[in-house]
Amino acid sequence: MASLDDLKKRISSVKSTQKITKAMKMVAAAKLRRAQESAEKGRPYSDKMNNIILNLSNGISDIENAPKLLSGTGEDKVHLCVVMTSDRGLCGGFNTNIIKKAKQYFQKILDEEKTLKIITVGTKGYDQLKRIFGDYIVERISFKDSKNVNYFDADKVGKKVIEKFEKKEFDVCTIFYNQFKNVITQIPQEQQIIPLNRSDKDENSSEDNYEFEPEEDEILSNLLPKNISTQIFKAMLENSASEQGSRMSAMDNATRNAGEMVDKLTIEYNRSRQAAITKELIEIISGAESL
Amino acid sequence: MSEEYSVEIVNPEKSFLSKNDVTEVVVPAFEGEIGILKDHISIISFLKPGIIKIFSKSGEQSFYVNDGIIEFKDNNLSILTSLILNLKDVDKEKISEIQKSAEEELNKSDINDQEKYLLDQKLEVLKSIN
Repeated sequence: MASLDDLKKRISSVKSTQKITKAMKMVAAAKLRRAQESAEKGRPYSDKMNNIILNLSNGISDIENAPKLLSGTGEDKVHLCVVMTSDRGLCGGFNTNIIKKAKQYFQKILDEEKTLKIITVGTKGYDQLKRIFGDYIVERISFKDSKNVNYFDADKVGKKVIEKFEKKEFDVCTIFYNQFKNVITQIPQEQQIIPLNRSDKDENSSEDNYEFEPEEDEILSNLLPKNISTQIFKAMLENSASEQGSRMSAMDNATRNAGEMVDKLTIEYNRSRQAAITKELIEIISGAESL
Repeated sequence: MSEEYSVEIVNPEKSFLSKNDVTEVVVPAFEGEIGILKDHISIISFLKPGIIKIFSKSGEQSFYVNDGIIEFKDNNLSILTSLILNLKDVDKEKISEIQKSAEEELNKSDINDQEKYLLDQKLEVLKSIN
């Protein structure tokens, strides 16, 4: 059994860890509220953008000559995956969930003998992927310096993706991120952004006849790159809300576990203290008797 | 019948402005300015850098936009833009900053005619504000 002093030290160390996790939980809760707000505020833009694009792509009759970003290159050989993770740890299963999802997808692509290219956004994703898929990572991006998620960061990623697409470096682009559902549930998502997935067509939007200025295809070819950035931005917003949510519940759990541990250790400490006292008493009594 | 319709301006971060007593909106469309009144035909168009003017019962407002897309449908005008500034409370520094980066961009050798045209437009508008 550990000595009294050791137990005392352990109790105080667990207590100070508990203080840290508690503080982190509160910080995460405050940040979560802000991240959630901005995720909600950002939704109208991406929804409207999506709507306009759907309307436009419905209006295009000549699929063959449609912009490549919409219809794809016609091939399915090289896959680019953008894996979006956080820059900081201690957020529960947040990063692991994304990575798990991404790894499954990577394996599928490699099994089908297609070429895989990876861009990692956020340092944690890179750290986890570099061991097994290090050879496939073509680029790593991190926004450690920017405090809040902003559109210009997303735009940078978007431009990089488009640049690679124009150089014909890949055929299909998929992004991985966590969708924020609530504080305890975040759903890892894979979303194909190039070519645009048109399966989620709105039924009621097709009947509108728009006037276009300039021509449809010109608008589309300008709009599609923007849409990529917008989708990435949306993913980043969802991700940051998820990260804070995940951290909050992880830290809440940690605080509770630390509390349980302190209780257990305190009982053990009291028991051994009592045992020591009893032992001393017995020694004194038997010493007195022998006289 | 009232001559008013609603307008919503959104940028990626938030919904910037939403009004439903607008009588006319003038936007700097790609091929020239368009004034949009109530019951305009459904239209989708691009914006070039310029000034958006919104006329409503409560007065007139102007905004500088960098780029954008407008969609008008069923008397709802949506304006999507990546950068928008209210001309009423804009600070000169911000304008000069944008102006400077536009000038730098213009001096690059690898820009095409369309980009050059847009940048020229941008500078012109910015100068007129300052």
